[in-house]
Amino acid sequence: MRITLFLALLFLNLPGASAGIEIRHFPSPALEKRYQHLIEELRCLVCQNQSLADSNADLAEDLRDEVYAMLIEGKQDQEIVDFLVNRYGDFVLYRPPVKKTTALLWFGPFAALAIGALIFWRLVKRRRLQSAEALSEEERHRLNQFLHKEE
Amino acid sequence: MLKYLLPLGLFVGLVVLLAVGLTLNPREVPSPLIGKPAPRFQLPTLENPNRTIGADIFQGKVTLLNVWASWCVACRQEHPFLVELARQGEVAIIGLNYKDTRQAARNWLANLGNPYEINAFDADGKVAIDWGVYGVPETFIIDPKGIIRYKHIGPITLQDWEQKLAPLIRYLKKKS
Repeated sequence: MRITLFLALLFLNLPGASAGIEIRHFPSPALEKRYQHLIEELRCLVCQNQSLADSNADLAEDLRDEVYAMLIEGKQDQEIVDFLVNRYGDFVLYRPPVKKTTALLWFGPFAALAIGALIFWRLVKRRRLQSAEALSEEERHRLNQFLHKEE
Repeated sequence: MLKYLLPLGLFVGLVVLLAVGLTLNPREVPSPLIGKPAPRFQLPTLENPNRTIGADIFQGKVTLLNVWASWCVACRQEHPFLVELARQGEVAIIGLNYKDTRQAARNWLANLGNPYEINAFDADGKVAIDWGVYGVPETFIIDPKGIIRYKHIGPITLQDWEQKLAPLIRYLKKKS
């Protein structure tokens, strides 16, 4: 019983069951696919961690209307994306373009990884140097003495 | 020595980075419209449905364009400040009434005071989209040539006014 309830709640939570619920008519399945793709790639500015497809916010609804209207008008995907970027900035894109202001965003993680790798490499190198150090003549002599004592 | 300084340095760097991150407001998304001409529009006024206004209203003077709605709670918080600002008369205040009904908006102005010289009535919010509005109240400063110079998101506080908006308005007035 509990498991059924759990599963029911889980399925209610699937993305397909969330917002973006307006009934829209598309002249072709290809256009519908482009619409779905676009609203999933565009961010809602009101609830910033949701896409236009996920958000119930008023503005997201209006922007979905805009995207739909532009698709029906025959605009290209890039034109629609540009329309929104010109008004709201790169922030509306879940995948912002690579440019000066977004360089840190794109390359920061790799830089951090490189720094980490460098530190790791130096640590390993130092340790290997220590272990590879040969014993001096005197140390070997003392070692032998200890070993013989044990025997 | 370096063995201890390096992790300490990294740690301090991380703390600074996170501290700066904490003071930033993620709701304030920089507008790509700054430095660009005000988007063209053609809207009826709130006061008179038969009269239309457009972006040419910004020509020749420094304007504060305030996007507001009677259903917006933060606008109510901001409103007394705008009324006071209008009384001082330092800048022309134009309203963009956003996704509202005429009746509700007029009642609001009648009850709480009207700081606006005139209001554009954007019932479906389409013009607001052209302005990149995503959360009322929002305020734009527009220079006498019709170029957007500044965008403020959320209610204007006295601090915002004294530190950012007022100096900019004085600067723009002096320049023109």
